[in-house]
Amino acid sequence: MKNLLHCERFKKLRSLHFVIAILFIATLYVTLCNLFFAQGTLLHVSDYTVSLLGKYLCYALLALAVDLVWGYCGILSLGHGAFFALGGYAMGMYLMRQIGDRGVYGNPELPDFMVFLNWSELPWYWAGSDNVMLMILLVFAGPGLLAYIFGSMAFRSRVSGVYLSIMTQAMTYALLLSFFRNEMGFGGNNGLTDFKEIFGFSLQSPETKLALFIATAVALAFGYAVSHFIVNSKMGRVVTAIRDAEDRVRFVGYKPEHYKVWIFVVSAMLAGLAGALYVPQVGIINPGEFSPLNSIEMVIWVAIGGRGTLYGAIIGAVVVSYAKTRFTAIMPEAWLFALGGLFVLVTLLLPKGLAGLLASLMDKLSPPAPENRSPTPAVTSTPAAESK
Amino acid sequence: MIVDKHGSPLSSKASLSPDISHGMILYVEGVSVSFDGFKALNDLNLYIKDGELRCLIGANGAGKTTLMDVITGKTRPDTGKVNFGQQIDLLQLDESQIARAGIGRKFQKPTVFEALSVFENIELSLKGDKGIYSALFHKLSGAQKDKIDEVLYTIGLVAERHYPAGRLSHGQKQWLEIGMLLAAEPRLLLVDEPVAGMTAQETERTAELLTSLAGKHSVVVVEHDMAFVRSIARTVTVLHQGSVLAEGTMDEIQANKDVREVYLGEEQA
Repeated sequence: MKNLLHCERFKKLRSLHFVIAILFIATLYVTLCNLFFAQGTLLHVSDYTVSLLGKYLCYALLALAVDLVWGYCGILSLGHGAFFALGGYAMGMYLMRQIGDRGVYGNPELPDFMVFLNWSELPWYWAGSDNVMLMILLVFAGPGLLAYIFGSMAFRSRVSGVYLSIMTQAMTYALLLSFFRNEMGFGGNNGLTDFKEIFGFSLQSPETKLALFIATAVALAFGYAVSHFIVNSKMGRVVTAIRDAEDRVRFVGYKPEHYKVWIFVVSAMLAGLAGALYVPQVGIINPGEFSPLNSIEMVIWVAIGGRGTLYGAIIGAVVVSYAKTRFTAIMPEAWLFALGGLFVLVTLLLPKGLAGLLASLMDKLSPPAPENRSPTPAVTSTPAAESK
Repeated sequence: MIVDKHGSPLSSKASLSPDISHGMILYVEGVSVSFDGFKALNDLNLYIKDGELRCLIGANGAGKTTLMDVITGKTRPDTGKVNFGQQIDLLQLDESQIARAGIGRKFQKPTVFEALSVFENIELSLKGDKGIYSALFHKLSGAQKDKIDEVLYTIGLVAERHYPAGRLSHGQKQWLEIGMLLAAEPRLLLVDEPVAGMTAQETERTAELLTSLAGKHSVVVVEHDMAFVRSIARTVTVLHQGSVLAEGTMDEIQANKDVREVYLGEEQA
């Protein structure tokens, strides 16, 4: 029995090392092929591809955040796009200030859209937006604070299930509408764009793009390690217990609402980090990122990848985003149908997602170890009753 | 530490023990609860002695489950007093504080954490700090592991310790849930219909388990199965329309005229 426990631990640890190793190798491969193989050769990875991959990795980090709350705690958030976008706006504000007097109107202090609106000075909440440390703080604090306020109110009044999902949709939709307004001071429907530099490096240069890609890979590895630590601690077990039987948890003496708020905030911060890395790589942040549709797509990534596994979320985000890139190039108008169809198919045929498929393939390939005979699956990684 | 009326709620760390110097663990006095005009509990009085095993019986709608809800903080009564020991006013505490104060509750439908192993189910239920930061950095101590083993032995699930709880049989889930209560080292156990859906052997084992718990813990059992009640009960309380109709040994209860009329009459017909 002791062996078995060790074996479980070992498996979990191995999955952490495995994911980080794959991520490292992929990043190294892309980096080397981008730098050392000339354009036109077979192994060359173009700058465009590097940026595209960087974008996928941002999505993967975002999917990880969704899996943490949905897969493990059963909170189906349909508003995680809000946290992603807030992180993005925090970064966008900093990048706007980096433009300096190179904007269309050449105003050294004010971003173009403010000059256009005839504003004479920066609004108070733009104070310090040119400070890197403050920006980094805001990337985490903005989404975290929103999640804390929203979560405290919703979870304390014991809102759950579809009602909570609808409220998260309403939250991101409300933000969408308010960020559309010019008076908000975030560039209205054009959002923040025309960025020139980040930390003094040109955003147009291939080296900066590569560096941003590598930074995103590092952030994803960091996010994965943090999530891995959480779900394998006692915290992870309490949260899983809340997902399956919240009342029982309460009568055992825990306060489920505290745990839910906590994990919601951590997840929102990871989503904010993903947003902040996304913006310099795509060159724009606008209110469209708050669109409820985006948030639903994130949930689909996780469902397709396999919820409650962490690595499934990464696989789902990358695979679906890649499919989207290819598909929208061929038949843009059919993409949503394809996504919907994929979602239905996976739900019907692969209830545990691509990760479940992968796990069953691995089981078939590897001969059963003798001490692993006892009918004990990796308990904590089993998704809950599908009904949740 | 005693919780005062208005203030300092129990922190997640604190667990206070009830003052039982008068020999009573639970006082329920003049409690009334109504839902939309329907009186679920009507001026109910109930006293449980420390270490006692008490059975609560009554027809459907007599108020048994509502009473459990009131004691565990799920439902707030309109009037009345509920004290744990002499000092702790349960009406000032919420569910998790009441649980940490030492009242464990088993639900009617067995409720365990299905995706976690039997071992982990017990681990989460152990008495101790239930706060977030301790959960993040928690490591099981040797004493805690021993306690889990002891509980697993008591409920007879030693061999199933690494099974996911969702794969246990119905009866095993009921025992696991009782085990989770035991791990919290409660003073008072409230057990709602422990043998519903059990086989005869399972019922017998459950009877043994519950009787062995009395003494160390006070146990209140709600049950419909009269044979089971007869096999474990020393004192039986009959509820009817939200108040206590009769109280005594099983023989006294069965001889009671009122009880025969309203409850046993229907049940044994």
